[in-house]
Amino acid sequence: MNKQMIKCINENMDEIIEKWQAMMKNEKGERFFHFMPENLVEKTSREFAELMTTNIAENNIINAEKLTDFASKVVRFGWSIKFVNKAIDNFSNITFDLLEEKEIIHHDNVRLFHGTFANWISPLRETIIEAYSVEWERTVNLQKIALQELSASLIPVFEKISVMPLVGTIDTERAKLIMENLLEGVVKQRAEVVLLDITGVPVVDTMVAHHIIQAADAVRLVGSKCMLVGIRPEIAQTIVALGINLQDFTTTSTLQKGMKEALELTNRTIVEVK
Amino acid sequence: MEYRSFVDIYTEWDIVAARQLGRNEAKNSGFGTVDQARITTAISELARNIYLYAGKGRLEIERLSENGLHGIRIIASDEGPGIQDMRKVMEDGYSTSGGLGAGMPGVKRLMDGFKVDTEPGVGTTITATKWLR
Repeated sequence: MNKQMIKCINENMDEIIEKWQAMMKNEKGERFFHFMPENLVEKTSREFAELMTTNIAENNIINAEKLTDFASKVVRFGWSIKFVNKAIDNFSNITFDLLEEKEIIHHDNVRLFHGTFANWISPLRETIIEAYSVEWERTVNLQKIALQELSASLIPVFEKISVMPLVGTIDTERAKLIMENLLEGVVKQRAEVVLLDITGVPVVDTMVAHHIIQAADAVRLVGSKCMLVGIRPEIAQTIVALGINLQDFTTTSTLQKGMKEALELTNRTIVEVK
Repeated sequence: MEYRSFVDIYTEWDIVAARQLGRNEAKNSGFGTVDQARITTAISELARNIYLYAGKGRLEIERLSENGLHGIRIIASDEGPGIQDMRKVMEDGYSTSGGLGAGMPGVKRLMDGFKVDTEPGVGTTITATKWLR
């Protein structure tokens, strides 16, 4: 009976895939197929169908490598997990209908086939969804690492002067990283003045201010001076409203002005050459 | 019909999401960059308080339209420990978590209207409003 079913599925694969594609294209709100080129849709569908049918033949053996490969592809295409789940549902429904149509499933053995289908689809669904979520987690982790890499490096600009441009949201984790990189860099680069540039920080609330103040205090302890530059007008107003005391700092509106002051502090100036 | 949206606060990144939502709402309501920054900062403070002291809660943003006036209302609600000493919390420089202690009084200064409902052991709801001038 199982053999009959496999044979029927394999013989009618094209029909199944065609129906399945049509069904997936009509999914409300999920328009993933519309963004993919036609041949890619075709290829992915075939791959999916192949994946779906591998484990009927060999009882419950799923090719892990193929599965991970497929999951990573699907994540890259940006399919949602809901869409993937629906894809499995639709595939199973279409196959069931087809087998009924070909009279392999009929009134007497329908209950038996329900069991066969459950045994076939459930483990598949579990593994596909697991592979999907693992892949998703990996993507998020990679992005986290990428974000960390681009955050907070101290750049030596002139002798004794270094700049740390801060871009993006500062959370507790990044604040720690900023502090570490700042102190390490100041000592290593023998900086006397450090400019913290917050032009790219969208919101300066009490927590961000607190971290900046702490970082500046620490810089003072290792014998250098910290300046806060890149304070936009709206940020200046919110800092005043919050009542944050930045009087121990030299602050300027732009990095350019800050650099000029830093040069003055280290007894240098910029001279135009004729 | 008033327009309302919300963000549930569970992690530090939800604070960013709440802020983003607030900034968009403020922008769409016609606030200028300075007021946008004020509203976003206020949301940041309130959301962080939820995250720090209550662990979880919700931040709602409501667009207002009353008597020809337009504005935005931020509602931060949680079922956390509540605020023990309201007077102290509104003092500048008072903090139980080693922060600057400028958050609550700061939000009051950033916004036009500010109201706190709190009951120790039950939770806290903070409502802050900003009107478009």
